[in-house]
Amino acid sequence: MKTIVIIAAKELRDGFRNRWIFAAIVLLATLALVLALVGSAPVGAIKASPLNTTVASLSSLGVYLLPLIALMLSYNALVGEFEHGTMVLLLTYPAPRWQVVIGKFVGHLSILTLAIVIGYGLSGIGIALTGGADAQGWSAFAALIGSSILLGAIFISLGYLISSLTTDGNKAAGMAVGLWVLLVVMYDLALLGVLIADKGETISEQLFSWLMLINPTDAYRVFNLTMFQNVNVSAGLAGVGLKVGIGAMTSLIVMAVWCVAPLAATIYIFQHREV
Amino acid sequence: MSAMIDFADVSKRYNGKDVLQNVDLHVAESEYLMVLGHNGAGKTTLMKLALGLAKPSNGEVRLLGENPLQILAMAHGHVGYLPENVSLYPNLTGREALNFYARLKGEPLSACDPLLERLGLASTAARRIATYSKGMRQRLGLAQALLGRPRVLFLDEPTSGLDPALRRDFYDLLGDLKHDGVTVFLSSHALSEIESFGDRLIILRQGHIAAGGTLDELRHATGLPVRLRLCVRPDLAQTTRIASELGPKVTVDEINGHTIDLSCSLADKMEVVRHIVRLDALVEDLDIEPPGLEEIYEYFSAAGQPQ
Repeated sequence: MKTIVIIAAKELRDGFRNRWIFAAIVLLATLALVLALVGSAPVGAIKASPLNTTVASLSSLGVYLLPLIALMLSYNALVGEFEHGTMVLLLTYPAPRWQVVIGKFVGHLSILTLAIVIGYGLSGIGIALTGGADAQGWSAFAALIGSSILLGAIFISLGYLISSLTTDGNKAAGMAVGLWVLLVVMYDLALLGVLIADKGETISEQLFSWLMLINPTDAYRVFNLTMFQNVNVSAGLAGVGLKVGIGAMTSLIVMAVWCVAPLAATIYIFQHREV
Repeated sequence: MSAMIDFADVSKRYNGKDVLQNVDLHVAESEYLMVLGHNGAGKTTLMKLALGLAKPSNGEVRLLGENPLQILAMAHGHVGYLPENVSLYPNLTGREALNFYARLKGEPLSACDPLLERLGLASTAARRIATYSKGMRQRLGLAQALLGRPRVLFLDEPTSGLDPALRRDFYDLLGDLKHDGVTVFLSSHALSEIESFGDRLIILRQGHIAAGGTLDELRHATGLPVRLRLCVRPDLAQTTRIASELGPKVTVDEINGHTIDLSCSLADKMEVVRHIVRLDALVEDLDIEPPGLEEIYEYFSAAGQPQ
């Protein structure tokens, strides 16, 4: 346990030192504030509060941005230390390998959590000051922050898996970008393409929603939409999940599996890796 | 004395290539073992196997009596390692990095400052490692290896990047550690530096131990000749005659004015010296140069020599 804390603290310090935390906070805060301000424009027509709109906008933004930030934080975590030569030394210390991975994970997740809480929190403060929120809005906002951290954890975990699979940092970077494009951009489009081609003949709405849910980014969307029905107006493809009754708990379970499974695989690969 | 590091018929294969073959090696407590060999001879692999960073393909490796792959965390706390071209976290300062390693070893942070002081890094400890020269990084690497009073030290090319003064300091430091009973496993290319240092040497060639023993044992095993240089009195222009009187066990390599370069076998050395002493009136000076480590190394590491 002590080793985990020591390694996590070192990663956090590294994050502060190389300005990672500041870059992520500035990025998320700027976009969140812009969305909070711009988001108040369409509320008149559908009678949604600014916070409701902001939650919908932030969850849409988060789907793209958080996986990217998380992968950039994590893809080099193991392979980078191997390439740089620091891992050889670290592994001769009384630090079990699984604790090295978990320590790094805790450190990187802390960096991302700080960025999300501060970045999104600023927009929340902005909205609170202008009085545009109700109790339901706040609970959805809290759920958004929690699920955003979980989404970040998933992609940190996936980034580690990439990092454990290769001995070349450039290759890991390429794989990370590929994974982002696949899960965040291509998956929904491909699914939509299949749906259109199929014309509803073989793929039922039920099957389609489950196919969608196995993608962690869609599970994140569904979770946030179910937590806050009012934001359904911008539900998009994920709205299907709501119609077939996939609830917040199912989404959370899917996300938890996406977080734990790659991390467990990383530990297994890392345990058996020769230096 | 118990074995601190033990290799029993160890082989290691990477991607179908034999890197080490049938290595038997026992390093006793407080012994200083110097490992020599060309690049790729298997020196670093030997260390990695002993440290549990790699698994042997065959045979058994023991460190402090335990399997290094399953060694208890506590036992690893007794081991110090300085990798070749050590890399440390560039974003941390020297002190932060040493504190990080001290925490991992369960050492009090108060142990760090004396080490920084001892290695001449006290004044630069607040600077980021990214700004360190190679020599400073090497010294910091050595500082982390010395954390926690290790019982076994693995040093892979420890003096590369150090200037001559720092090299001397380094060997002074290792001399001090000998008094503390530390076992040292050191690999180096700097033959002249380690010639008078180790208790025992092994020479690796293409994954085999080509030779092992004390410097004297290796010297005898090579059968390389001892070189002598005789200076004859300047008033005697009889160098050639004197050379011819030195007997059959001596080979005259060169006569140059008043000096005669000779060689003889190690076994005949004393007999030849006694003969020269009898020429007292004719001889002004005598230098004796036994085969050095460089020649011994060259002899054993050359392809085709017996193993």
